[in-house]
Amino acid sequence: MATVIFYILGFTALAATALCITRRNPVHAVIYLVNAFFALALIFFLLGAPLVAAWEIIIYAGAIMVLFLFIIMMLELAPTEELRGPGWLRWGPVVLLSAVLLGCTLLLIVAQPMAGTGEAAYYATPRDFGYALFDRYALAVQIVSFQLLFAAVGAYYVGRVERGRR
Amino acid sequence: MIVPMGHILAFSAALFLMGLACVLARRNLIMILIGVEIMLNAVGLTLVGASALWQAIDGQIFVIFLMAMTSAEVAISLAMVVYLSRRRGTITANDFDGMKG
Repeated sequence: MATVIFYILGFTALAATALCITRRNPVHAVIYLVNAFFALALIFFLLGAPLVAAWEIIIYAGAIMVLFLFIIMMLELAPTEELRGPGWLRWGPVVLLSAVLLGCTLLLIVAQPMAGTGEAAYYATPRDFGYALFDRYALAVQIVSFQLLFAAVGAYYVGRVERGRR
Repeated sequence: MIVPMGHILAFSAALFLMGLACVLARRNLIMILIGVEIMLNAVGLTLVGASALWQAIDGQIFVIFLMAMTSAEVAISLAMVVYLSRRRGTITANDFDGMKG
């Protein structure tokens, strides 16, 4: 059961990524990439990493992709010419991918696919995760937080508007 | 393990190659950054698969560090995209050839 869902999600992610990298419009590419990240998050959940799955949705699909969309719209990078061809060709693939992902999510909620495998599946609870992260890897957490701080300062420095030049 | 590790590695390699193709073939800076995102996610999938294979949590911890690194990279690179777009009025990678010999 879990194996079948894994392969369905894998092909969904590959299809979404293939559609993403071939789009001409960056907004469409970002939408397909959100689908691919959702499929990857469900795969992480199947592999026993529920917290990583949640962060994949929150950080990647939520924060980073919305930042991409924001930049695309701020710089007006999306092509504005009228698209040709029938309408279902434009919204059909993304609706199909989203429907597959929604179906897999509901199946994971109602069917408890881990129960039938017979072996004790590996499952990292948030408690284990927190202990490992803030005990063994405490120094790495601090280094990474410094890196994020430097990145925020650097992004501010690069992105500021210089007075008197415009 | 619900699937063999080889299948996870093959899936991850396919995702990585798609991201690499996107970085190498596209000329839009935004699409190049999207390709980098795809590659980093493929690496994260490998780490989670290894974590499930060896029943150890370290792989998942590394995915968190990978996500933090990706956030930093995206913040800097999107700021640079905004800077280049303001300065040169384009985000096509081929237009930035000022150091070409």
